[in-house]
Amino acid sequence: MSEALSAALALLVGLDSRLVEIVLLSLRVSLSAVAIAALLGLPLGAAIAVSRFPGRQAVIVVLNALMGLPPVVVGLLVYLLLSRAGPLGALGILFTPSAMVFAQSILILPIVAALSRQAIEDAWREYEEQLRSLGAGRMSAALTLLWDTRFSLLTTILAGFGRAAAEVGAVMIVGGNIDGVTRVMTTTIALETSKGDLPLALGLGMILIAIVIAVNAAAHLTRELAQRRYG
Amino acid sequence: MSNGPILPLRLADVSFAAGGRTIIDRISLEIETGPSTIILGANGAGKSVLMRLMHGLLKPSSDRIDWYAPERPGAPRKQAMVFQRPVMLRRSAYANVAYALKIAGIPEPQRGALVRDSLESVGLSHLARRSARVLSGGEQQRLALARAWALHPEVLFLDEPTASLDPSATREIESVIKAFDAAGTKVVMATHNLGQARRLGDEILFINQGRLVERAPVEQFFSKPQSAQAAAFIKGELPWT
Amino acid sequence: MDLIRRLLLLVAWIAASPASAQDKFIVVASTTSTEQSGLFGHILPVFQKKTGIQVRVVALGTGQALDLARRGDADVVFVHARSAEEKFLAEGHGVKRFPVMYNDFVLIGPQSDPAQIRGGKDILEALRKIKTAGAPFVSRGDRSGTHMAELALWKIANIDIEKEKGPWYRDTGQGMGPALNAAAAMDGYILADRGTWISFKNRGNLAIAVEGDKQLFNQYGIMLVNPLKHPNVKKDLGQAFVDWVISPDGQKAIADYKIGGEQLFFPNAK
Repeated sequence: MSEALSAALALLVGLDSRLVEIVLLSLRVSLSAVAIAALLGLPLGAAIAVSRFPGRQAVIVVLNALMGLPPVVVGLLVYLLLSRAGPLGALGILFTPSAMVFAQSILILPIVAALSRQAIEDAWREYEEQLRSLGAGRMSAALTLLWDTRFSLLTTILAGFGRAAAEVGAVMIVGGNIDGVTRVMTTTIALETSKGDLPLALGLGMILIAIVIAVNAAAHLTRELAQRRYG
Repeated sequence: MSNGPILPLRLADVSFAAGGRTIIDRISLEIETGPSTIILGANGAGKSVLMRLMHGLLKPSSDRIDWYAPERPGAPRKQAMVFQRPVMLRRSAYANVAYALKIAGIPEPQRGALVRDSLESVGLSHLARRSARVLSGGEQQRLALARAWALHPEVLFLDEPTASLDPSATREIESVIKAFDAAGTKVVMATHNLGQARRLGDEILFINQGRLVERAPVEQFFSKPQSAQAAAFIKGELPWT
Repeated sequence: MDLIRRLLLLVAWIAASPASAQDKFIVVASTTSTEQSGLFGHILPVFQKKTGIQVRVVALGTGQALDLARRGDADVVFVHARSAEEKFLAEGHGVKRFPVMYNDFVLIGPQSDPAQIRGGKDILEALRKIKTAGAPFVSRGDRSGTHMAELALWKIANIDIEKEKGPWYRDTGQGMGPALNAAAAMDGYILADRGTWISFKNRGNLAIAVEGDKQLFNQYGIMLVNPLKHPNVKKDLGQAFVDWVISPDGQKAIADYKIGGEQLFFPNAK
């Protein structure tokens, strides 16, 4: 453990340019995936929250269950899609960061959609009569709720980011862990573990955790300040 | 905006049931333009449900509710409602009123003046930039009134608007309601508070266990109630608050 | 909506940032032994400097690497399982196989040596003793070149491992490194390629038990994936890499790669 700590410190102090590259790629991939998942998942969650249709409960159950999608399965599915022999093979993005963003977006879309559905449905219970009284339709109500629950949705998005930044199974398969191209924090950790360099792997793990904590702390602070102001 | 008044509102044998329980039991009445109407009754008598039926938030289980000229869907509403507990959007007081105008389809350049007038009429101009959710209960309820009043609706439904407020906030709310009434809006208010009914009402609709028991001008209702239930209610509520 | 506008901006920013400045590149499906031993880290910069071609290595077991190429997802394969490579060629997925280099497998085992095989030169004898002693043996079990070599050795030793394996035979289904980690943790024997063993750090009680048997020869080969079968293959760039690896320059680069003074791979292109 102390060996790992000193490995982590040495990496940080040295500010190894390859490490910086890997960290930046990790952030770029996972943040892109979160952005895409939010862009699709928040409206989807809001739409399900305010609408009533046959089979709605089943949709919610499936959506909640998909939060536990195994990354390896997602990786495999996306690999088969993006493979040259697959339906999206012509894109030629297998083993690129775009493929990793694609896979992680799919992985966390259900998390963003399911958690935002819950948050917005809770708000909808409080707001429904007022909004309907003002004459808001369901879709315009959904948009209003998206904005009004923005602080809760920040937590939803963070949950998605945490999942994306932490997973290795999907990015390993569709990215290929190619040095300098698709190697991110988690695949580096997996690689160093398989090379038997456990202190270095653990050191990288500590840096990953520190980054995730830093992102969460920034979001938490924003949320606290905003909530104090907007109530 | 559609033309012409939406009143009178006609209820014909309207019932409402939920969970196997009849909450509104065959009520027929007509609400006309003019003096304010107070829906009076004990807690659980069905006042809130009756208002929601009139306002269109609930659909009756049987029979009809007809406006003289029904609102067109999507057009700005000619009626508004203020609830016992106001729901404020997580944005400024100003933006809360502006939101109602936006939903009503008022173009942005026209909203500013309407919002300022409305806030002025409830005495909240100085708090326009403050976030609505950090205002006091009384201020929030006045803001809810401003939001409902922004389009000068033909009918304003008020569901126990002061039930959760202290006496001084209640007085402020009541004076705003009086001003709206004087400006020509038809006020329909539910309350269980006899004092408030007297102060604000011109006529009383007395509801008991989902049924319309008595309808009378205020003075007559309090001096000579026609029904035993109304008499008992007036007695039981003493001293008036 | 402000929130949506901000998200759109973020996506636009990400889309605008280049995936990789390098557009002259090939994908090479190779094995964990070549990648994790650090060989590629040593020779690829030499190649890129000379030709400007970036080589993107996806490191898998030999079986998976060949499957990847069968789907057209690689331009070149660089693996070590001759029979599997020849099957790949026969199916028409590869153009021509060139031998590149060799090293050898070593049998690794715990210092305690429960099968009493340490220092021996006969790998077949050692495997028989391990089986008789019921000493823990860790198998890759992942269709990698090393796994295929292991299965072939059992066969030559006249042991039908499918039938005769007992609880002592631990099929891990993992790469070389993880399998070595497992062997270190359970004090087991394991067949490894020498390159990975030399660069492996978490050895615990493990040490070389048997080496030097000519049965332990480990040949690597390289093939261009057939562009007639897979039209997306970057034929010219891939061929340039194949040509370079078997050229005197490439062979010298391979020979130059050492860890602690020890050479890991021995070039033998013809």
